[in-house]
Amino acid sequence: MMRLELVKRPQRSMLFSALSPFIAFGLTMIAGAILFALLGVNPLNAFEIYFIEPISQVWQLHELAIKAAPLILIAVGLSVCYKANIWNIGAEGQFILGGIFGSAIPVLFPGFEGPLVLPLMLLFGMVGGAAYAAIPALLKTRFGTNEILTSLMLVYVAQLFLDWLVRGPWRDPQGHGFPQTIQFNDSAVLPELMPDAGRANWGFVFALVAAVLIWVLMSRLLKGFEVRVLGSSPRAGRFAGFGLNRMVFFAFLLSGALAGLAGISEVSGAIGQLQPVISPGYGFTAIIVAFLGRLNPLGIVAAGLVLALTYLGGEAVQSALGISDKVARVFQGMLLFFVLGCDTLIHYRIRLVGMALAKGAAKLDAAPKLKEAR
Amino acid sequence: MSADHDGANLLEVRGLTKIFGTLTACDHIDLNIAKGEIHALLGENGAGKSTLVKMLFGSLEANSGEIFWNGEAVRITSPGMAKKLGIGMVFQHFSLFEALTAAENIALSLDDGSPISSIAAKARALSFSYGLPLDPDSLVGDLSVGERQRIEIIRCLLQTPQLIILDEPTSVLTPQEADKLFETLERLRSEGKSILYISHRLEEVKRICDRATVLRHGKVVGHCNPREETASSLARMMVGNEVKAVVRAPADGIETAQPLLEIRALSRKPATPFSIPLKNINLNVRAGEVIGIAGVAGNGQGEFFESVSGEVLQQDAASVRIRGKDAGALSITVRRLMGAAFVPEERLGHGAAPRMKLSENLLLSRHATDGKVFVGTGGAVKSGAVYAAAQRIIVAMDVRKSAPDPEAAALSGGNLQKFIVGRELDRSPAVMVVNQPTWGVDAGAAAHIRQALIELARSGSAVLVISQDLDELFEISDAIAVMHNGELSKPLPIAEATFEKIGLLMGGAEPGHAEHTLETA
Amino acid sequence: MDITVNILLTIATAATPLLIAAIGELVVERSGVLNLGVEGMMIMGAVGGFGAGYLTGSPWIGLLAAIAMGAVFSLLFAVMTLSLATNQVATGLSLTLLGLGLSGMMGTSFVGQPGERLPNLYIPVLTDIPVVGRLLFGQDPIFYISIALTAAVMWFLFKTRTGLTLRSIGDSHTSAHALGIKVIRYRYLAVIFGGACAGLAGGHLSLVYTPQWVENMTAGRGWIALALVVFASWRPWRVLAGAYIFGAVWIGQLHAQAFGIPVPSQLLSSLPYLATVVVLVLISRNKRLTMMNTPASLGQPFVPDR
Repeated sequence: MMRLELVKRPQRSMLFSALSPFIAFGLTMIAGAILFALLGVNPLNAFEIYFIEPISQVWQLHELAIKAAPLILIAVGLSVCYKANIWNIGAEGQFILGGIFGSAIPVLFPGFEGPLVLPLMLLFGMVGGAAYAAIPALLKTRFGTNEILTSLMLVYVAQLFLDWLVRGPWRDPQGHGFPQTIQFNDSAVLPELMPDAGRANWGFVFALVAAVLIWVLMSRLLKGFEVRVLGSSPRAGRFAGFGLNRMVFFAFLLSGALAGLAGISEVSGAIGQLQPVISPGYGFTAIIVAFLGRLNPLGIVAAGLVLALTYLGGEAVQSALGISDKVARVFQGMLLFFVLGCDTLIHYRIRLVGMALAKGAAKLDAAPKLKEAR
Repeated sequence: MSADHDGANLLEVRGLTKIFGTLTACDHIDLNIAKGEIHALLGENGAGKSTLVKMLFGSLEANSGEIFWNGEAVRITSPGMAKKLGIGMVFQHFSLFEALTAAENIALSLDDGSPISSIAAKARALSFSYGLPLDPDSLVGDLSVGERQRIEIIRCLLQTPQLIILDEPTSVLTPQEADKLFETLERLRSEGKSILYISHRLEEVKRICDRATVLRHGKVVGHCNPREETASSLARMMVGNEVKAVVRAPADGIETAQPLLEIRALSRKPATPFSIPLKNINLNVRAGEVIGIAGVAGNGQGEFFESVSGEVLQQDAASVRIRGKDAGALSITVRRLMGAAFVPEERLGHGAAPRMKLSENLLLSRHATDGKVFVGTGGAVKSGAVYAAAQRIIVAMDVRKSAPDPEAAALSGGNLQKFIVGRELDRSPAVMVVNQPTWGVDAGAAAHIRQALIELARSGSAVLVISQDLDELFEISDAIAVMHNGELSKPLPIAEATFEKIGLLMGGAEPGHAEHTLETA
Repeated sequence: MDITVNILLTIATAATPLLIAAIGELVVERSGVLNLGVEGMMIMGAVGGFGAGYLTGSPWIGLLAAIAMGAVFSLLFAVMTLSLATNQVATGLSLTLLGLGLSGMMGTSFVGQPGERLPNLYIPVLTDIPVVGRLLFGQDPIFYISIALTAAVMWFLFKTRTGLTLRSIGDSHTSAHALGIKVIRYRYLAVIFGGACAGLAGGHLSLVYTPQWVENMTAGRGWIALALVVFASWRPWRVLAGAYIFGAVWIGQLHAQAFGIPVPSQLLSSLPYLATVVVLVLISRNKRLTMMNTPASLGQPFVPDR
């Protein structure tokens, strides 16, 4: 029988810090190959359809950007939370509330047009996401309620709230009974970046700007230092005079606002109206993106693109090979597992030792005799 | 009652070696323990004593070397196996479970399946017969440190071991409690048991130990009969050279000096189920003096430090006054800006963030006081200036390290402590509050830190030192107060203070504390 | 009278999966490990249980498969957090995400297929006693397992030496390690037990509650089970009480929807989730209770020195 043993490194390993996402990606590919083989598909063929074909043309790159934008936006916000050891896992709900708040303008005031509409919608979206994220923050700071469970429960509530809105008060009266709002007017639609080349909209730019800003915050500003101290050693953070409660609000409001911005960008850019479901689980996939990017905003941009590709690849294998598009979620889950496992290598060396069961037992023979002697 | 040196050795250790990464914690250690002797294992902090005994108890695996038990070669691979052989251990950092009762704690280390109630009865009987009374049904979290040690000892004795290892047992006891422990140890020796006694306190080793093995930097540097040695000759063996004695210049005219730190009727309710309430604490620390606060661990020192530092705020703003201004309701950052500096007890995780660089750890306590130097416009950290300041402190305090700007966790305890104290001294604070300045620090670094604290006071600052180490307090303080059960005695001027007087106060024997002595009696 | 009995029976059916999953997680958390993957293990149990039952035609085999599926899936979490010392929160989350994806993929071909329900207990005479007969002797087999499991866990944790050892590890893994207790081994077993329970709970959903496979059919029950453990402040009998309160809320809102109460059905559907938040707030306001009972080493990674 073998057993793993971890040996602490004196310093964190820079090498594995850089390598671990790549090792994780490689391991995911191996596991993916096995998975495809089990499904009776030639892995190489499947990989080509999954990872290469969806990005072989320019318009497809635009689709990739559309999928990556919300993932990156949400994940950079979550990275601040997780660095601070605050567990907001309700970004999906904040995304939905951002979409709802922002959509309130074009849905309730369909006649309101002009250059002001879009900035207001985006602002509302951020406010909506932040306000929804403030609930678990408030409960945590006031009552000490576990934010993991409350933020997650609020996702279900947000989904049902959106469902009620689009089937009830906000339903398009001319929509033939379909559960959806009216189509937004032109000034409420997020413009495409290069309409001739593809559908990618400004949401992707927002994502890149957010990533750079958060990177500056975390690596250059005192506030980022505060986040890192409170996250890694809260007691040292309190000694430094940093307030944990203030940090809970800061992290939740920031990540909520970014998730809300992602939500309204998605609704206004990619969809153009509210529907009962506006997210294929972006809020949860973004958790994977945050970790795959090693909680570093620039890493998250790359990770967001990779995860966006898993969505596109999932759709591609479904139509080409008849495999469920759930395969995308499996890939995402495996990737996160391998990333977390590989991160162990940064702080530890791993030793494989055979268990000395037989030896130990032999030595113990002396013990009963001693007992009798006493 | 001397040990039977001619008899067979109970335990023989030959060439035992343990390597952690690049550090050889134990380097070819040889050690013999005879039956019925109290054997001292002497050495400074970091000399490898704890590593050695952990190998003997099976908690750590040796890289090489041999262990003979009653003349037979054994490989001790787990604490369970050590127990089966007849080795018992009383840990320095107790291995107890706060949420469980004393009896449950004891049951966990006994391998027989007897019911808790019968274990409780046995423990009670044994504890009274050794004069270490114990209530088996009490929750460990509610017990004092001394009572917790009793559980450890009783738990160990119930396993009827032949060899008992005690790791720094008196570091958490009052002098009187320590005397009681020595009686117990002598009785155990007379019953034929062997004891491996780990300490860095020379007087007590001279008093109760039959033989001593001295470790330095992981190597055995000598065996001796401590009764034939002087404290200073033992110290030389331990440290390798003479440690510069701390010089305490007379504090002139402090009677008329301004109090820079005033504590007035400070009270605090317990924050958690197991913490100690503070009761009406009054104290003045004047410019130019060092006041020491003695006390057994867990009598409210941590709570007191948090209240004085501002990590926890007081309702009553006047309960803490810094340089003549109310500070009780002000945050730790504002208190620092008023000229105060603080060094907490825990180095890793409280005084420093373990996984952050030294320069970042400098920023930890000085981002506000040195805001102009370290933080630029828009809240941007000037990492160049921070790095330069960190290097300045590293040089000033002689911090030894392996990289230019290593993570705090990569430093030895003594070197990190020098950095943390130096980080505050570098500001020349008007008020300095230090909790356990040299806990777990080697002699050279400890002397350096103590001297620096005295010099800070003599340059006109008020210095308050909380410590469990009486030797240290007698070395540096101008007056010593004692904290017991959340109350603070009046400071005794150093000229009037004796170990005996302070020890009695630590045990709670003061007119003002009479009710508590009744309670515990 | 019959309606009351029926409602009580449906409440028991709704409470049973919550109870089983929460009792399993309680044991895991008592050992000091926080496994947020309950939802994922549950959905794996549901798909495995339904699949095996559907393919073999025996819901009993389905039941066993559900348990095995949960246990095997939890092993993944155990290897990661216990052998590789990964962050328990992140690993638990990823277990849930992976479980939701994997179950969706595995269950593609089961969607819309009719499943066979585990039969209710029927003991002649006893079950036919009016009112109490069906409540006591006429329920599905997993109901009885859930009650027995709760009692067994209570006995195990507080009356056996092994249970004491498990609790001690949850209190301080460093102390336990110093005494020579095999911390990692105990935790492996606890996590696998928790996984088996979650799998069984999932099996209940797809073999009893609604005997079919629907994607994401756990609908957050795994998370509610996690909340129940906090609500119960890590005491088994309080988990039992909590599970039945939530079962009642769940059934109550379904009945309210069926009766056409003039409230949006979405609001009613969100009641169990809102109730979870409210309950968590109420329990966490009592700081002393929470502090006294929370296993002190909960969620802390443990790497023994060797």
